Amino acid sequence: MRNTMNVGTNPNGSGVYVPKKTFKKALRNNIGFFFIIPWLIGFCVFKAYPFISSFIYSFTDYNLFKGTAAMHFTVQNYIDVFTNATERNSLITTFKYAFMTVPLKLVAALFIAYILNFKIKGVNFFRTAYYIPSILGGSVAIAVLWKALFQDEGLIRTAFAAIGLEAPHFLSNPGWALFMICLLRVWQFGSAMVIFLAALKGVSVDLYEAASLDGAGKWTQFFHITVPIITPVIFYNLVTQLVQAFQEFNGPYIITQGGPLGSTTLMSLLVYNNAFTSYNMGKACAEAWVLFVILMVFTAIAFWSQNHWVYYADDEGK
Amino acid sequence: MSSTKTKTLSQAEARIRRRRITQLVVRYAVLIIVGFFMLYPLVWMVGATFKTNSEIFTTMNPIPTKPTTQGYIDAMNNYGGQINIFRALLNTYSYVIPEVILTVISSVLTAYGFARFKFKGHNIFFALMMAMLFLPQVVLNVPQFLLYNKFGWVGSPLYLALIVPTAFATETYFIFMLVQFLRNIPKDLEEAAEIDGCNVVQTLVKIIVPMLMPAIVSCALFKFMWSSNDFLGPLLYVKTPAKYPATIFVKLSMDSDAGFNWNRVLATSLISIAPNIVVFFLAQNQFVEGISAGGVKG
Repeated sequence: MRNTMNVGTNPNGSGVYVPKKTFKKALRNNIGFFFIIPWLIGFCVFKAYPFISSFIYSFTDYNLFKGTAAMHFTVQNYIDVFTNATERNSLITTFKYAFMTVPLKLVAALFIAYILNFKIKGVNFFRTAYYIPSILGGSVAIAVLWKALFQDEGLIRTAFAAIGLEAPHFLSNPGWALFMICLLRVWQFGSAMVIFLAALKGVSVDLYEAASLDGAGKWTQFFHITVPIITPVIFYNLVTQLVQAFQEFNGPYIITQGGPLGSTTLMSLLVYNNAFTSYNMGKACAEAWVLFVILMVFTAIAFWSQNHWVYYADDEGK
Repeated sequence: MSSTKTKTLSQAEARIRRRRITQLVVRYAVLIIVGFFMLYPLVWMVGATFKTNSEIFTTMNPIPTKPTTQGYIDAMNNYGGQINIFRALLNTYSYVIPEVILTVISSVLTAYGFARFKFKGHNIFFALMMAMLFLPQVVLNVPQFLLYNKFGWVGSPLYLALIVPTAFATETYFIFMLVQFLRNIPKDLEEAAEIDGCNVVQTLVKIIVPMLMPAIVSCALFKFMWSSNDFLGPLLYVKTPAKYPATIFVKLSMDSDAGFNWNRVLATSLISIAPNIVVFFLAQNQFVEGISAGGVKG
C-alpha cells in the first residue's frame, strides 16, 4: 500500500524494472482516481447504502424497538400511503403546498429582478434587503419570528384588532395555516431573485433597443424577449424550488407542529413522525419513497418538457 | 411655422419625460413597498427584543416606548443549569467549523479529480455524482439514522453523525460548482507546473487552490450558513441537553416561554442568528456571486 502511494505521488520517477513500468503506467493514467476516493467512499456508505436499504425497509414492518429479527415482508406500507386518510391528506397537503409556494416564489423573484435590472439607483441596497430573508430564513429564529407575528395573540392579529378589524386565525385555522407556512418560503424569494438578476444582466441591451424602436412596450418586451431568453434559468429555479418545496420540514415542525387538524402535516413531517416518534421505520421509508418517486416524476417532466420551452442560445448556432 | 413644429416636438419630449418619471416613480414605489414587507418583520424583531412583554404585541411600531434589556438579561439565564444561549452557540460552531473545513477539502479533491483527469470509470462515476444532485435528502434521513445508530454515532458528544460524512464530499452541489469553475480555468499554468516538475498534489495546492479561491470561499460561506441553520440534523443526532446547538435551544426556549415571555424568546432567537448576520454583511458579494455562478451554469 505504501509502495503504491509513493508511485502515485511521483509520476515522473523512472521505473527500473520492466514489469513494474506497465503497472506504473497504469497508475499514472488513473492517478485522478485517487482524488475521488473520499467521494466514492462517501457515495457508497452515506448515499447508496442508505438509499438501497431504505427501499428494502419500505417493504417491511421494521420497528426500531422490535429490531430486524421481528421484521416481515409487506406491501401494506405502500397501500396505506394512498388509502389511509392521514397519509393521503398529507400527500395532498404536500402538493398544495408545493404548487402554492413555487409559482408565487418564482413570480415574485422574477418580477423584482426585472425591476432591479433597470438602471436604478440603490440597486445594491434593495438587492441586499431582498436577499437577507433568504439567508436567514431557514433558521429556527425566523420560524419563531413567524409564530410571533401570526399566532392568535400575535402582532398582526392585535394590529388588526386595534383598528377594529377581525383578522383570521392565521395559524389556528386549518384553512389559513398552510398558506402562512407557504408565505414564510415565498418571503425568501431572494436567492431565486439573485439568480434571475444575474441572468437578466446577460440579456443584450441591443435586443431591447431594437424592440422599442419597433414600438414594443415594456410588457411586450418582457414577455417576448426577456422571458424566452432566460428560460434556462427559469427552468433551473423551477426544478430546485420544487425539490425544496416537496421536502419542507422546519416551517410546519416549528410553527404549527403539523396542525391544526393535520392541515400542515407535509410528507416530510409525517416521515419524521412515523420514524422518530413511533419508530415505525418501514412505514416512514415507504412514505419517503413515495415522495421520492413523485419528485423524480416532476424532475423528469421538467427535463422532458424543456425541449419545448427552454431556449438554449448555443444550440441555435449549430 | 417652424416655431409650432418645435413646440409640438418639445411637447412630445415633455410627454416622454413625464412618462419616464411616472415609470421611475412606479418602480421605486414597488421596490419600497416590497422592501418594507421584506424588512419589517426583521426590524420589528430587533425592536421587540427591547420591549417589555406587555408592550410587545400591542403596537406595530418597532420602536419600544420604554426600552428595556430585560429580554436579553433573561436570555442569558441558564435552562436547568445545563445550557444557555452562549454555550449553545459554542456547541453549534464546534461542529459547523469542522464541517465547513472538511466539506471544502473533500469537495476540492473530488472536483479536481473529476475535472482534470481521465481514469477508468471516470464517466460512470461522474454520472453517479451528478445523479446525487437529484437525490433528495428526505429519502436518506431514516436509513442514515439507522446506519449512524449502528455506528454508535447517534447522541455522540463529538457530533460524529454530523461531522464525519462531510469528510467524504457528501455535498454534491459544491463538487458540481467547483467542477464548473475549474472547467473555465485554462490548463496552461498546470502544464507549466508539470514541466517544472510539480507532481499532481503540488499542482493542486500551489496552482489550483489559489485559482479556485473565489469558488472555495463561496462554498465555505454557504456551508457555514446551511450548517448553522440546520435543524433536523441536530434534532436527530444530538441527545444530551448540554450538547444542544443554538437551533435546538431556540426551539426549546420558544416551547417553554412563548406564552408569556416573548421578549426573552425573541432576544434568544436574535442572538442565535447574530453571527450569521455579521458573516452575511461581511461577505455579501461572495454570496451573490456564488449563487449567481451556480445558478447560471445549471
